[in-house]
Amino acid sequence: MKFKAMTAIAALVAAPLTAVAGPDEDNLVVNGEIEMVTTTDAPAHLQDTFDTIYSGWHFRSDETQALQMDDFENPAMVFVDQAQEMWDTVEGSEGKSCASCHEDVAESMKGVRAVYPKWNEAAGEVRTLSMQINACREDNMGADPFKYDSAQMAAMESLISVQSRGMPVNVAMDGPAAETWEQGKEIYYTRFGQLELSCASCHELNYGNMIRADHLSQGQINGFPTYRLKNAKLNTVHGRFKGCIRDTRAETFAPGSPEFVALELYVATRGNGLSVEGPSVRN
Amino acid sequence: MEFTRRDTLGLALGAAALTVLPYRVHAAGEEAIQAFTGGAELKEGGVQLTAPEIAENGNTVPIEVSAPGASAIMVLALGNPTPGVATFNFGPLAASQAASTRIRLAGTQDVVAIAKLEDGSFAKASSTVKVTIGGCGG
Amino acid sequence: MASGVKPRVKVPKSASAGEAVEIKTLISHQMESGQRKDSDGNTIPRSIINRFTCEFNGEMVIDIEMLPAISTNPYFQFEATVPETGTFAFTWYDDDGSVYEDSKEISVA
Ligand code: HEC
Ligand code: HEC
Repeated sequence: MKFKAMTAIAALVAAPLTAVAGPDEDNLVVNGEIEMVTTTDAPAHLQDTFDTIYSGWHFRSDETQALQMDDFENPAMVFVDQAQEMWDTVEGSEGKSCASCHEDVAESMKGVRAVYPKWNEAAGEVRTLSMQINACREDNMGADPFKYDSAQMAAMESLISVQSRGMPVNVAMDGPAAETWEQGKEIYYTRFGQLELSCASCHELNYGNMIRADHLSQGQINGFPTYRLKNAKLNTVHGRFKGCIRDTRAETFAPGSPEFVALELYVATRGNGLSVEGPSVRN
Repeated sequence: MEFTRRDTLGLALGAAALTVLPYRVHAAGEEAIQAFTGGAELKEGGVQLTAPEIAENGNTVPIEVSAPGASAIMVLALGNPTPGVATFNFGPLAASQAASTRIRLAGTQDVVAIAKLEDGSFAKASSTVKVTIGGCGG
Repeated sequence: MASGVKPRVKVPKSASAGEAVEIKTLISHQMESGQRKDSDGNTIPRSIINRFTCEFNGEMVIDIEMLPAISTNPYFQFEATVPETGTFAFTWYDDDGSVYEDSKEISVA
């Protein structure tokens, strides 16, 4: 990108005193109705790290924030509409749609997004929402799985997330999920790439600061899928992880890989207590 | 976009970086204005353009135009490779001669709105939008 | 026709005669500007929605000429006067000749 040299120079000459601008103090109420908890006490396992956790919404400009406050301004909602059509569409060898078994998505999927990723006893694994959607497509419908971070997957996840908006994220890290959670935690603190940066280097030690022109958040995932202005489409959690690792000039894991599933579980629990916002709007 | 060592230095300083591009008026911009106004004089006042001072991302910049009584409002982004953005033509059932949309800006520049007013005269408003080059973090 | 194009429109269900009502529209569309290059360095040809209109009972509310600087998933907000009960017709015109339509009823008490 040709602005690169200029921005790097600008970053160096910019006055250091314009620095630390923390999260703003705005309130997020969607459609004048759904009051979101975007700032809350850090969950117990993070209490040595943070006092308070913040939704990424607090780190965006007023204009970007406004796009999430009304479902007719939020461009993600058109994909929720598309997913609603998919929900009702029969696919695969079993002649079934999601609705054949789960009926009204607003009833059956309420609260689901808030507890994912979640241990699945029968499968003996931690499942992300995407894995569960594909398990249903393959095993229950006889349909092809969606590509893990495809537009269709992001849309279906958004439709399911919408049903839990405003509910607190409450992802379990104990019991059978504990091992996966520990793996995720280890990845979070691993320094990657030529720049030797871990997730924590940016999202724990430097949240509130500017990196280039971007206001660093705590890297929470309560807002996923996110409609990003940068690429004007829905982005999945693993898509975002991939981009973040790539930025450190490291080889990244693949969307849907066991590493990213573990990382998603761990990062989700860093947001326990924040409201489910997805699909949100971010830069 | 990848980070460099310098960016991580910048990160330590917590520096905000704005990329400011020099502002140029394209000949194409002049031509579009000429075609819309027929070369008529442009007054100030009578048309309003609302745009953010700083846009977090040039891909989606919210703007609003308003010109009471106007029949049409043309919007130009003079720093884009092609300056045209949109022309709003208001019909008899428009309750106000105003509209909002979201536009792409290739960098920091002036956005211009030109309204054809009820009496056939033309008015102009402009607003500078700084576009920050963000889009890190994937 | 560009795939997966879907409109979304917000209009109040009822109004009083002559009232100004707020309308919001969004349509999923890439709005390929013609300025981008693919990974092989070839320019991706322009493919945008170039015009949007809103009519009420056959009379024009707004007619917008759109150029590539309109963002992906084009959004418009504006106000219409509703003299009587009737139907809003929304139409988007694609470069490739496709036309996307939506309509909304409104009752005037
Ligand atoms: C043949 C019936 C059937 C169909 C069709 C089906 N599912 Fe399921 N789904 C189930 C069953 C049974 C479960 C619970 C199984 C489990 O927990 O492993 C489930 C669980 C789920 C869950 C997890 C709910 C929770 O509380 O954890 C989600 C999300 C889900 N399905 C989404 C979908 C989607 C999206 C589709 C369509 C693409 C779909 N399902 C199609 C039967 C079905
Ligand atoms: C070089 C700094 C850097 C590193 C290292 C980094 N990120 Fe990010 N990340 C960013 C930036 C910049 C953004 C965009 C601004 C923001 O929301 O913080 C971002 C955004 C995010 C978001 C989106 C937040 C939201 O509200 O939508 C998540 C989630 C995230 N990062 C997770 C991670 C994880 C997990 C890792 C480690 C694998 C990581 N990041 C490593 C810089 C970084």
